[in-house]
Amino acid sequence: MRQTLVLFKRELAGYFSTPVAYVFICIFLLLCGILTFYLGNFYDAGQATLGSAFFEFHPILYIVLIPAISMRLWAEERKQGTIELLMTLPVTLPQLVLSKFLAAWAFSGIALLLTFPLWITVNYLGDPDNGVILASYLASWLMAGGYLAMGACISAVTKNQVIAFVLAVITCMLFLIPGLPQVSEALAGVLPSEALVEAVRSFSFMTHFGAIARGVIDLRDLVFFASVIGVFLFMNAIVIELKKAD
Amino acid sequence: MGAMIEIENLQKRFGAITAVDGVSFQVERGTVLGFLGPNGAGKSTTMKMLTGFLPPSGGTARIGGHDIQTDSLAAKQLVGYLPEGAPLYPDMTPEAFLLFIAEVRGLSGAAARTRVAEVAEKVSLQQVMHQPIETLSKGFKRRVGLAQAILHDPQVLVLDEPTDGLDPNQKKEVRALIRSMQKDKVIILSTHILEEVEALCSRVIIIAGGRLVVDCTPTELAAKSKWHNAVRLELQQGETGRVESALADSYGASHVEKLGPASLLVTTKDRRAILPEISQRAQKEQWKLEGLRVEHGRLDEVFHDLTRAGSRN
Repeated sequence: MRQTLVLFKRELAGYFSTPVAYVFICIFLLLCGILTFYLGNFYDAGQATLGSAFFEFHPILYIVLIPAISMRLWAEERKQGTIELLMTLPVTLPQLVLSKFLAAWAFSGIALLLTFPLWITVNYLGDPDNGVILASYLASWLMAGGYLAMGACISAVTKNQVIAFVLAVITCMLFLIPGLPQVSEALAGVLPSEALVEAVRSFSFMTHFGAIARGVIDLRDLVFFASVIGVFLFMNAIVIELKKAD
Repeated sequence: MGAMIEIENLQKRFGAITAVDGVSFQVERGTVLGFLGPNGAGKSTTMKMLTGFLPPSGGTARIGGHDIQTDSLAAKQLVGYLPEGAPLYPDMTPEAFLLFIAEVRGLSGAAARTRVAEVAEKVSLQQVMHQPIETLSKGFKRRVGLAQAILHDPQVLVLDEPTDGLDPNQKKEVRALIRSMQKDKVIILSTHILEEVEALCSRVIIIAGGRLVVDCTPTELAAKSKWHNAVRLELQQGETGRVESALADSYGASHVEKLGPASLLVTTKDRRAILPEISQRAQKEQWKLEGLRVEHGRLDEVFHDLTRAGSRN
């Protein structure tokens, strides 16, 4: 536990010791703003809510932005050779995998929290359901965690950050697309049974994100994200064990 | 208590390639062990297994009695390791980096800061402690790597090519540092530089083709040289011909080598000491000598012979 915390602190501080963190946060906030006010027509909608204009875009936004965080996690470590330094310290592999993931997740959480002016705005302009907004923030953060776990695992496969980025974007997309309404409709035409369509849909982040973001915190959705994170971190550890020497 | 480091039949295969093929040896406290071998001989791989980075494909190693596979955390706590090329986090400052290492090594707060300051002083890092590591010169980077390895005052220090790529002054500094730490520790260092072995090590192991080919002291290693106990004569001009033929008569023409217009090297088949007889003879026959000395053997030549023979197997 103590070791994990020490590693976590170094990782998180690492984001802020380079311009990466600031550039990322600025771009994230800028894109959130643009999407909300231009694409989401926040004002014209005339509703005191963040759901349709703000959170709706997060699944798509994360497809590009989360791999930008996760791509360096292990790829950089392997490229610099510092992985050898880390793994010969008296720490275990699960501690390393967990601390790296948690630091990245905390960082994405910080970026997400910095969108609070929108929350203030919506409260100033109207009387929104803050419970739903809170649930939406939770949903968004859980989804970021899922994407990050995938990205971390993929980052362990290669020493090249660009490859890690591209592969992570594609993987994230695969876990999003089945939940898009258009795709569900198309699938309904192809797949023989409704249950199968539902099964495919249930693998989409969109489905579970949408459920929590509506304000209904169902255990099944929480378990979904927790399992995605768990499975990919487990795979992450295996990949490191296999590839560290290359 | 047994030896500090016990390596038993250690093996490592990467696919079809066998990088380390059954290496066994033990190292006692107070030993500075020079690990020699051509590139790709398995030196680094052996060190990586010893430090717990790579799992062995066969055999095992124990550090202070702790098995590197079944009790790896305890083993890692006893070891300080400088990986090849001294990898570091370029964005961190030496201070932040060393504090991080100190905390992972179980120190915290004031104790960690005190220890980091001590080590920084020991390797002369004080003036660059607040500069990002990427802006430091190679010499400073290497010192940060060393500082990191010795921070917890480990009983075993594993240094993979600690002086590689440094200029002669920096090499000298690093060697002095290693020498200052050798007491009561086990230091294993790999190197290509044979003079380093003579200057630092009390024991030499040569690995070639993944196998251990030599395990002895640097002096014993030099004694394996065909130059061992050879006598070198520096002569005045015009003397070379006369002396050369005189020596060739008694030692055989193939044992008298002309190194230059005025210098000769005499070897014997059994490498016995021939200096007394040559100097007696020089007096008797009144050779005009400028210099006369015994060669102790050349490590580079022994190294060349041994590792070539090893890789042919």
